[in-house]
Amino acid sequence: MKTTPHLDISNLTMAYGDVIIQKDLNFSVKHGEVFIIMGGSGCGKSTLLRHLVGLMEPSIGDICVNGQNLWQASIDERNKIISRNGVLYQGGALWSSMTLSENIALPLTEYTDLQPKQIQEVIAYKLSLVGLAGFEDYYPSEISGGMRKRAGLARAMALDPEILFFDEPSAGLDPVSSRLLDDLILELRDSLGATVVIVSHELASIFAVGDNSIFLDPEEKTIIAHGSPKELHESSTDQRVLRFLNRTT
Amino acid sequence: MTIETSDKYQINTSDEGLCLELSGDWLFNTNPPDFDSILQQILKITPEKIHFDCHKLQKWDSSLMTFLVKLLTNCKENDIPVILETLPKGIQKLLQLAFAIPERKGAHRAILGQPVLAKIGNVTIEMHRNWSDLLAFVGELFFGFLNFLRGRARFRYSDLFFQIEAAGPSALLIITLISVLIGMILAFVGAVQLRMFGAEIFIANLVGLGMAREMGAMMTAIIMAGRTGAAYAAQLGTMQVNEEIDALKTMGISPIEFLVFPRLLALCLTMPLLCIYADFMGIIGGAIVSATMLDISFFQYFQQIQGFVPLKHFGIGIFKAGVFGVLVATAGCFRGLQCGRSASAVGFAATSAVVTSIVLIIVADAIITILCQLIGI
Repeated sequence: MKTTPHLDISNLTMAYGDVIIQKDLNFSVKHGEVFIIMGGSGCGKSTLLRHLVGLMEPSIGDICVNGQNLWQASIDERNKIISRNGVLYQGGALWSSMTLSENIALPLTEYTDLQPKQIQEVIAYKLSLVGLAGFEDYYPSEISGGMRKRAGLARAMALDPEILFFDEPSAGLDPVSSRLLDDLILELRDSLGATVVIVSHELASIFAVGDNSIFLDPEEKTIIAHGSPKELHESSTDQRVLRFLNRTT
Repeated sequence: MTIETSDKYQINTSDEGLCLELSGDWLFNTNPPDFDSILQQILKITPEKIHFDCHKLQKWDSSLMTFLVKLLTNCKENDIPVILETLPKGIQKLLQLAFAIPERKGAHRAILGQPVLAKIGNVTIEMHRNWSDLLAFVGELFFGFLNFLRGRARFRYSDLFFQIEAAGPSALLIITLISVLIGMILAFVGAVQLRMFGAEIFIANLVGLGMAREMGAMMTAIIMAGRTGAAYAAQLGTMQVNEEIDALKTMGISPIEFLVFPRLLALCLTMPLLCIYADFMGIIGGAIVSATMLDISFFQYFQQIQGFVPLKHFGIGIFKAGVFGVLVATAGCFRGLQCGRSASAVGFAATSAVVTSIVLIIVADAIITILCQLIGI
């Protein structure tokens, strides 16, 4: 059993110039946990995700992955840490000039010594995992939004990541596709043992997959609740959290 | 009986069928075994069924999974049952997931080379579609213009002023640099030849006429095609990608009136002014070379231009600039509105706008030059 948290965030303050988005964030994510970052629109959830995946440097505070400080590491070390993550962006963020096959092949050619034939086999396997077998030669513009999202997930999983980050995975999906994606996230967590961090405000998904969560408040600019989504729903006394989780005004 | 063994696997056969014993790490970075040779070994035996022994298996990643997917697919084709329950739970779940949604019929694309005739046919159809689109665009533009004349065109004057500023004053620096250099080049090339005949003073005629009638308008148009025409295509193309143009259409607002018109008017108004500026700058460039290389004073140079380059030549250049302005704006906006729905399509639209503009500029220049000859001006 690993005792070091997979992700450890301490005293994190995020800001755009002089404008503080969130401050004094302290939380950790255990290995194999599905961790939800929730909160109302504009509270800084996606900004926090951008900090966690190494796209933005904290104004104050530390982000440690497996005990290794992301921003005290050298650029090479940081790139190595970041390459062990998989990120699914809201719209899939597939490279539009490349086919799905080329999108998934890029990280494999950059970070492994696999032969082209082996890469094609991995691509076929990854696409079959997300239900897109046979769509290797399609361009992102030729498939639907939901398929783009699933193809984005296949790309995020290309290197068998240790941590999978999802930015609003259910956004733009119909309820059935959203439910299937939730199931897929849980399957991947259970079978690969990957840690999953999700930014979401889709209540159904939050309750279906979340083991642990934090709630960010845009006015206090910090975490106002921490715990499993179900526990927060049943026992939180904070009206802002309850309003959010009960969909009341 | 052991058929084959290596540090990663062992193939054993018994009355219960074939047992594939997996051992060690199956990771991409630890040289996984050759999948094809294992498969060939297994299929050669044609066992009744296949089961696994994974108690020596340590770390694994997609390397093992791709092998198992391949094995299962081959076994299915050869009707060999595989006992998946003998695999670790995580692997079982991933395999279930990989085979849960079968490949959609007809989804796979066969990449075949196109016959030459089919290629020619496709290019012809594409050209026909392009011309039809262009004609439709010009038609819409014409109706937009009629609406504008009747004061019914729907666009914001703030957009028009912004576009005028972006196309005019913001372009002055690059126009200055290029025009002065063009004037200097014309003068330098002419100086070498005219000096041989002792006719250095005619350098003023050469530069004045060249800039006023041809080069001022042409260079301004080419700069604006690369600078403003490409920007128009990229702006409208990005709006197409973000569905902003669809949003305008569903509100009943014509993108031609709202987006194209301010840009077209802006270039029509600024291009003649930029052309006058470019003419003047080019003439100054010529004056610098004349003064430094040929000992012709600024006074002599400008007096020569005043005497021998009548204003009609400047008029022709300015008229050309106006026409080029319409062409650059039309090509930029047309390519932008024609843009596909991806980032690469935006790049293609910008490139295509520049190429189309330059071709149209050269063709229009040739036509105007011939017409001027016919009219005798």
